[in-house]
Amino acid sequence: MIGNDKIINIEHLSKSFDGKKVLDDINLYVKRGEFLTLLGPSGCGKTTILRMIAGFLQPDEGVITLDGKDIAGLPPHMRPLNTVFQRYALFPHLDVYDNIAFGLKLKKTPEEEIDERVRRVLKLVAMSDYEDRDVSTLSGGQQQRIAIARAIVNQPKVLLLDEPLAALDLKMRKDMQIELKEMHKKLGITFIYVTHDQEEALTLSDTIVVINEGKIQQIGAPIDIYNEPVNCFVADFIGESNILKGRMMRDRRVAFLKHEFDCVDEGFGEDVPVDVVVRPEDIYFTTDPAKCQFTAKVNSCTFKGVHYEMWVDTDTGYELMIQDYDPYPVGSEVMLYIDPDDIQVMKKERTDNSFPAKVTGEGKVEFLETEFECNTEGFEEGDDVTASIRFEKVDLLDHEEDADLTGNIVSILYMGNHYHLTVKTEAGENIWVDSNDIWDKGDFVGIKILPEDIKLSKATQGNE
Amino acid sequence: MSKRSSWALPYFIFLVLFVVLPLLLIVFYALTDGNGHFTLANITRFFSDGDSLSTFALSIEVAIENTLLCILIGYPTAWILANKDYNRSAVTVVLFILPMWVNALMRTLATAELFTMAGVTLGKGTLLFGMCYDYLPFMIYPIYNVLNKMDVSYSEAAQDLGAKPSEVFRKVTLPLSMPGVLSGVMMVFMPTVSTFAISEFLTNNKIKLFGTIIQENINNSMWNYGAALSLIMLVIIAITTMLQKDNSEQLEGGTI
Repeated sequence: MIGNDKIINIEHLSKSFDGKKVLDDINLYVKRGEFLTLLGPSGCGKTTILRMIAGFLQPDEGVITLDGKDIAGLPPHMRPLNTVFQRYALFPHLDVYDNIAFGLKLKKTPEEEIDERVRRVLKLVAMSDYEDRDVSTLSGGQQQRIAIARAIVNQPKVLLLDEPLAALDLKMRKDMQIELKEMHKKLGITFIYVTHDQEEALTLSDTIVVINEGKIQQIGAPIDIYNEPVNCFVADFIGESNILKGRMMRDRRVAFLKHEFDCVDEGFGEDVPVDVVVRPEDIYFTTDPAKCQFTAKVNSCTFKGVHYEMWVDTDTGYELMIQDYDPYPVGSEVMLYIDPDDIQVMKKERTDNSFPAKVTGEGKVEFLETEFECNTEGFEEGDDVTASIRFEKVDLLDHEEDADLTGNIVSILYMGNHYHLTVKTEAGENIWVDSNDIWDKGDFVGIKILPEDIKLSKATQGNE
Repeated sequence: MSKRSSWALPYFIFLVLFVVLPLLLIVFYALTDGNGHFTLANITRFFSDGDSLSTFALSIEVAIENTLLCILIGYPTAWILANKDYNRSAVTVVLFILPMWVNALMRTLATAELFTMAGVTLGKGTLLFGMCYDYLPFMIYPIYNVLNKMDVSYSEAAQDLGAKPSEVFRKVTLPLSMPGVLSGVMMVFMPTVSTFAISEFLTNNKIKLFGTIIQENINNSMWNYGAALSLIMLVIIAITTMLQKDNSEQLEGGTI
């Protein structure tokens, strides 16, 4: 059913609001008939992409083509697309019938045809007897159905859906997911769906585009995104996962949890730092010492409906989440193994913090709009250098005094025995921190870096 | 609870003294003759008095004209003020509302002076100008309020469904802003019917409005007939208010 031709193609799309880049070089295409989901946390730019496709926003840079034609100059009312808005946006002064017929009447469709098409979509969304109802008397779920009917009655080439289920309760959301999926099959229209709900994306989509901070992280089928996340963000955002620091020893051999494992990944090189993802359902219990790769002690066990969720402490001091159909008593020693297939090795995005810096004087260097003391031996005042700080050498303080600069924690990743935090400084730069302390997302923190932990090196071209 | 409700007592006394009692007095005077005997003569006198009736008709006519004029000027003004493409500052809005803070009588006197200075003959034209000038802010503000608060997703949805900008306005923005227009009509139409100062100053008493004859009767100590005329006007105000209420309930909430 999904064609091979691209109905929508987006190239090098960028957009800034008030000087802040919200989309950065977005490239993606949508195949005819496909159910494509733009997935990401709130504020990642996914809705901005949708609004640019609909024509409500103009891109700063980049091209959007529909059926091979650039649609940049086309105002929203000329685009053969329809949108289902997050808050439905049903016209309160019109009844259900007139809401749905709105688009057809504008196109001067003959009365009988409008009548027939409105009835057909009402049947499709299971709202047949509601045509004379005032929209304000409908429940949230019913309004949602009318909003969908109002869009699809125009037979758009592409249907855009902006978090259409976000306002519904859980049960209703699940039902509507199934109905949307069926509607998509029945209609054969291309759907572009925006959501922050990873489960919804996995359930509905043919293709998922994971977006974070205005950049595409990964594009793929739900199963591929789940099984083979390309980076820590995707692994953490989609499903439950154990994300750990590792080291690729050689092809098909990776070390993590202070043990070595066989894996199926190749081409990373030898003795290279990597990140490793193991899904909680992929760590197995065994009673056979020959199969056992490492041992652990169960420290909590919670029944989750279908499976049990257990946290275990490994013999090497890491904490892992395991999901299994059988519970193991808290305090018991267990033997564990992981299949080579289930180990997902990812290239490390960065191994330390490095910032472009300027030597401002004897023993003084400036970066992140702040002056730091450090050893400047071998450099002259005015030299452009790169300042590197190891993740674990950045100290976070809960007060501003004594701090070199301040920032907010924007993301937290648990790495088995420590937290990997992303802190956004006041200047809008990211600084990454390894910490054993427990912080919350959004916390305002002071950042302190000791002089001896700042390593300077000659600035290299293109170094960030 | 009972302790709390006692806090309302001052307001209650105020209401009785300055709203209920005067209203009862109007009803009393309207329905009695000079000796305090019950009579409907005052009311019937109005309906048989050709002068009063034609003044009343003229008042309504002027009020309708003024209201239409205010809508015609006020709606586009409110629309521009509420449109983020044209106006991003709240100061502009305040500038339009500012005249409301200056006493209407003073503004009217100043307007009359200006007309006299410019040698314009005072008459119906100047009357309408003065009324429109006085009441325009009361039309702009409620319409601006509704337009300003209107969810942009309605107009986006209309565009998305294929509506050209003019169609978006005609089929969505305008009908959805009707509660504001109705509020504006309420605040312009009724006061215009009962106004007398504006017609006195801006037409040199050439044109008499309903408010003028009430004022004249009261001034000449014809309290009973003046009260009857006031009562008739109050009844009309009450009827239109109720009509407006029904309408705005249908359209989901007026403003102000």
